[in-house]
Formats: sequence, C-alpha cells, structure tokens
Amino acid sequence: MAGIASGLFNSIFRRNYVFLSTVFLGAFAFEIAFDTTTDAIWNRINKGRQWKDIKHRYVQKPSEDEDDDDE
Amino acid sequence: MLAMPALRTVPARVVARQTLRKSTTRAASSSSSSTEATSSPFYTTLTASAATVVAIGSVAWYYHLYGREAFAMTPQEEGLHPTQYPWEHYRWVKTFDHQALRRGFQVYREVCSSCHSLKRIPYRSLVGTIATVDEMKALAEENEYDTEPNDEGEIEKRPGKLSDYIPSPYKNDEAARAANNGALPPDLSLMVKARHGGCNYIFSLLTGYPEEPPAGATVQSGLNFNPYFPGTGIAMARVLYDGLVEYEDGTPATASQMAKDVVEFLNWAAEPEMDNRKKMGMKVLTIGALLFALSVWVKRYKWSTVKTRQLVYNPPVGPKR
Repeated sequence: MAGIASGLFNSIFRRNYVFLSTVFLGAFAFEIAFDTTTDAIWNRINKGRQWKDIKHRYVQKPSEDEDDDDE
Repeated sequence: MLAMPALRTVPARVVARQTLRKSTTRAASSSSSSTEATSSPFYTTLTASAATVVAIGSVAWYYHLYGREAFAMTPQEEGLHPTQYPWEHYRWVKTFDHQALRRGFQVYREVCSSCHSLKRIPYRSLVGTIATVDEMKALAEENEYDTEPNDEGEIEKRPGKLSDYIPSPYKNDEAARAANNGALPPDLSLMVKARHGGCNYIFSLLTGYPEEPPAGATVQSGLNFNPYFPGTGIAMARVLYDGLVEYEDGTPATASQMAKDVVEFLNWAAEPEMDNRKKMGMKVLTIGALLFALSVWVKRYKWSTVKTRQLVYNPPVGPKR
C-alpha cells in the first residue's frame, strides 16, 4: 500500500504540470471511452430503429454527389 | 364515597329552589338534575337551538357548495379515457422507429395534410430522421413560397427550400373554418403534447369511430360521434380506412397501422429531441449512479472512525467515607 501511494505520489502528484496534465487527459480519455461505450449500447438496444439503420434503403445510388447527405 | 353525591346535590338543590322562587310557573320536581334542566330560562334554550340550527345549516351549506361530487366533467363531456397502449417508443431507452416515422409522414402527407397544418416543422428537420436530402429538396420544390420584396417592392414566388416550413392547407384560420363548416382543424405540430393522453388519445380517436352512434346518443348535424372526443361530437369524420395509402415499404396499410404510424410521426413532430434526450438521460443516470456510489463510500469511509469508536465513562472516584 505504501509502495503504491509513494509511487503514485512520485509519478503524478509531485509535479503540478504532470498532475494537471493527468487530470485533463484523464477527463478526455474517460469521456471518449464512456461515450463510445454508451453509444454502442444505445445502438444495440435500438438496432433497426434509427435512421442510420434504414438510411441505406433511401439514399440514391452514388451516381451524384452524396456528400450532402449527412446524419 | 357515599357522601360525595349528597354533597354535590345540595348546592344544586339550593340553586333550583332559588330559580323556582323567581319563576313561579315552573313545577317542582323530585330529582335534582331534571329540576335543573326544566328550570333553565327560555332564552338559553332559544340560544342553544339557534346555535344548533346555525351549525347544522353552515355544515349543510358548506356541503352543498363543496362537499358533493362535482359533475362538471362527466364522462360524456370529458370523453372516454383512451386505452393505454404499449408504445415501444415510450420506453426509457427506446428511440422512435424511424421506419414508422417515415410511414407516418406519408400518411400525414396523403391524408391529414388536406385539412391539418404542420407549420412548425421545416423540411430540414425531416432530413436525416425521416428522409434524405434529395427527397426533401424535391418535396420542398413542389411548393411555392413568398420571396423577399424585390427592388420594386413586389413579392414574387419562389420554389421551396429545405429551410421552409411545411405549407398549411389553408391561408389562415378563418379560411380553415369557412372550409370546414365552422370547425377549425388544429395544427398538429405539438398535438401529442397538447392533449391529455398523448399518443394513446390520438390513436384512440383515430380508430375509435363507431359504425354508427350508439342508441341514445345525440349527434348534431355536421358532427360525427366519437366517444374519445370531449363532448363526443367531432367535426372530423373517420378518415382512416384499410388500404387508404400504399406504403412504399410494403407494410399492410390497415387503419390501425396507419393510425399508429401517424401518431408516432406526430410524437416525433412534437418532440424531435426525444432520441437524444433519452440517450443523454441514460448517460446522466449512469454517471450519476457512479458518483452516488462513490459519495456513499466516501461517507462511510469518513464516518468509520466515528461509528466504531467506544465511549467509556469513568465515574470520578469520590473520597472514601
């Protein structure tokens, strides 16, 4: 326990810039991971109900520009 | 104990005799209590009677005003309560079925839009939820809209764009009333939010027209009978019959199917943010549950010393005698 605490202190809390960077990067990383996970769960719950699941039936064949066909 | 009643009756008898002396008409009686009752003066009885009458009367008046069951909204006036249907999109983590929204929009366009406006919905909001950009552009261009005044101040017509709102069937409410026998077809943009019962009410209304009004029901001329409509007389006639529209995805167009689709579409029109709202709600509840568990743990951690301590009382040792 003491080893973990001292290691944590030496690696993160000793220098403020390291600490702040850890906080910000951790926030971004957590949000990305959380959003990805929950979106995946959401899409699995609502499989076949959302527009992106039925969109392919109605989009014209790519003869013309299809870049304006966004979500 | 035996002496107590005797002691108590003595003053009463004295009082009774005194009053008897004053009011000579009263007859003397043997027992002390009845003597006291009969000997009370007339105005006391009158006051008590008046107070009783006032009390009973005020209670009766209050009950008359507020106590009775109010018949202001009879079932006939309020309309039949709609059936609770198990709407899939009512569930906490379910989006709209966008295929159904597309069918519902088709029903609106081919059936409802001849009388009902949907003027808060622009074409652009249908893009990406119900139809593609090309479909909506083509649909918008079928209608003409006013331009900004040109250099001469003339207002010209231009084909519709994605940013235009879905055109109304009538120019204004007066024109709508004039065309519909005095009844105004309400705007459907927020109708699911605007009516008690929401989807259930509109679905029941659309599918609830009986073949003919039940015996005893009075239907004014020009109105139709619908038990779900408040007052039961509705100007809109039954519109949804089996096979009225032909769905592009091959779904059998029964009346209830069309009603279900158009109700879901109207729910989308009233709450286009529902899908994102529920998704965000799921995330918020997840994070909130995590933070709540964390706060519970921190509280128990901080209180553990307080909860597990032992308080011992050592009485001061007094001097020996």
